[in-house]
Amino acid sequence: MLSEEQSQKHITTGSGDLNGILGGGIHCKEVTEIGGVPGIGKTQLGIQLAINVQIPVDYGGLGGKAIYIDTEGSFMVERVYQIAEGCISDIMEYFPCHHDKSSSGQENLQPESFLAGIYYFRICSYTEQIAVINYLEKFLGEHKDVRIVIIDSVTFHFRQDFDDLALRTRVLCGLSLKLMKLSKSYNLAVVLLNQVTTKFTEGSFQLTLALGDSWSHSCTNRLILYWKGNERCAYLDKSPSLPVASTPYAVTSKGVRDAGSSSCKRVRVM
Amino acid sequence: MSLLDAGLATARDAVCRVSEFACPPCQTALALLEERVRLGGGGRLATTLCGLDEALGGGIPLGKLTEVVGPSGIGKTQFCLKLALLATLPECYGGLNGRVVYIDTESKFSSRRMIEIGQKSFPQIFRQEGLAQKMAGRILVMRPASLSDFTKSLEQMKVTLLQNDVKLLIVDSVAAFMSSENERGTTGFTQHPLRWALSFLKSIAELTRIPVVVSNQVRSQSNDDGYHYSFEVKRRGDGDGAERLESHLVAALGIQWAHAVTIRLVFESHSGQRFIKVAKSPMSPAVAFPFIVESSGITLLNDEGIDVSGPEITSIRCQGQNLLGLLPFENRG
Repeated sequence: MLSEEQSQKHITTGSGDLNGILGGGIHCKEVTEIGGVPGIGKTQLGIQLAINVQIPVDYGGLGGKAIYIDTEGSFMVERVYQIAEGCISDIMEYFPCHHDKSSSGQENLQPESFLAGIYYFRICSYTEQIAVINYLEKFLGEHKDVRIVIIDSVTFHFRQDFDDLALRTRVLCGLSLKLMKLSKSYNLAVVLLNQVTTKFTEGSFQLTLALGDSWSHSCTNRLILYWKGNERCAYLDKSPSLPVASTPYAVTSKGVRDAGSSSCKRVRVM
Repeated sequence: MSLLDAGLATARDAVCRVSEFACPPCQTALALLEERVRLGGGGRLATTLCGLDEALGGGIPLGKLTEVVGPSGIGKTQFCLKLALLATLPECYGGLNGRVVYIDTESKFSSRRMIEIGQKSFPQIFRQEGLAQKMAGRILVMRPASLSDFTKSLEQMKVTLLQNDVKLLIVDSVAAFMSSENERGTTGFTQHPLRWALSFLKSIAELTRIPVVVSNQVRSQSNDDGYHYSFEVKRRGDGDGAERLESHLVAALGIQWAHAVTIRLVFESHSGQRFIKVAKSPMSPAVAFPFIVESSGITLLNDEGIDVSGPEITSIRCQGQNLLGLLPFENRG
């Protein structure tokens, strides 16, 4: 088991500091939950991971594909294209010598090929959400190169349409067990994006991730994104092997990067 | 399993097959991009406010829920009126050449004002005889008097939207029926009366690929608005008082609504000027544009926009005393 853990792969988040607190990046074979207030950048991080998992092995990545399950409709293709371009330009910057060596590999570094490696599902109800997670096993059997499954967000349909909270807890428990099993058997990372809600604890209202206390046990790792002054910060709230820590990061036109990156986030009209 | 008297393996197999059928089809992101390019027009409704259009990647996106929020009197209805007008224009003028459904919950819709906006913004079109009437005729205004009326009209809307070539749906405003006591009384969003309306608006937007623009009100921040996590509690002491005074307004309808909308445009007034801020958008930078309301509708004073850092982009400021002095139509010479 030790040797297995040591050879565990990580998916870079794009920000070195964020990789640092995560122990190298998002871990494969584990379920990671990422939550935050609206507008903090959860979808941005999700898209960045879907692109970064496809970085070829020659350039230090996993060379795998991504499954993006979108429940809210915030997956905007132009932004994905922009992030893919940003990722490629960073690769070119860090690996200039590879230009001569693998000319065939270089042809693959087009934003279109990154986009072709993201399998996108648009889910419009909780029944579809349950169905897609059940179907994933068969899909993953057919597409063995998938290395990450991102669900954005896992909360949306379950907050809207579920009246019976006990049933909701049972269903969510079942889903999280399935996802954990899939991540272990297919050696992939599962990233669940979650929303926040206010909870009355210790005499006041505080922000906390949605779906309740029983859900909070379902994930292996938990990362909370929040505002600290004028900066975005990430706080590692739960991890089996790493200490709690927080670090700033930034969202730029190229995607998620370290805080203090100078490129400002402006979009080209396509 | 006991119902069907079947074994575990058969039940599992049945679940698998049902899931496969129930699951929506998969597309690659590349296919999505190609589809977007093929549909042309970038899948957007241009607002003719150049800076805002550029920040939003072309304009208000089709198939998504866009929210416009701000204090009263700031210009949200003016913005909605202009959008309604733009959607009726023929495509050669940047419109969607379609009908518009305008749900007016606060009786703010004024056809006279809309014609005025049209005449001042597109004089060459509106000079043509009868064209103004034709454009106005494409806008269907509904005035629900209560929450149940509102829900009923939304349900009837489905057929109208699918049949009548409607290209834009505006709800001005969605928070009208929610008084603040009503909102605080509900424990969480599960019993929230607008829950159904929210799912409906989102699904109808996606299904019919039309933009849905919703305007929202503000309310004052109360002690119930938790805005810190448990691990941040230590920092509560410093700066708390100053923060509360600065942004003492929050958008109505709560945090779950804030999660559910795809794009949020905050209208606020600050230092004697009004700003449109792109507070939440998956593909825009955090920028603010100063604007004024003229006879031709809303005009941006600065197309470049001012970069806003930090959570300030989502805060809503309002200078109470100034709003009373601000007239709806400021004529700048």
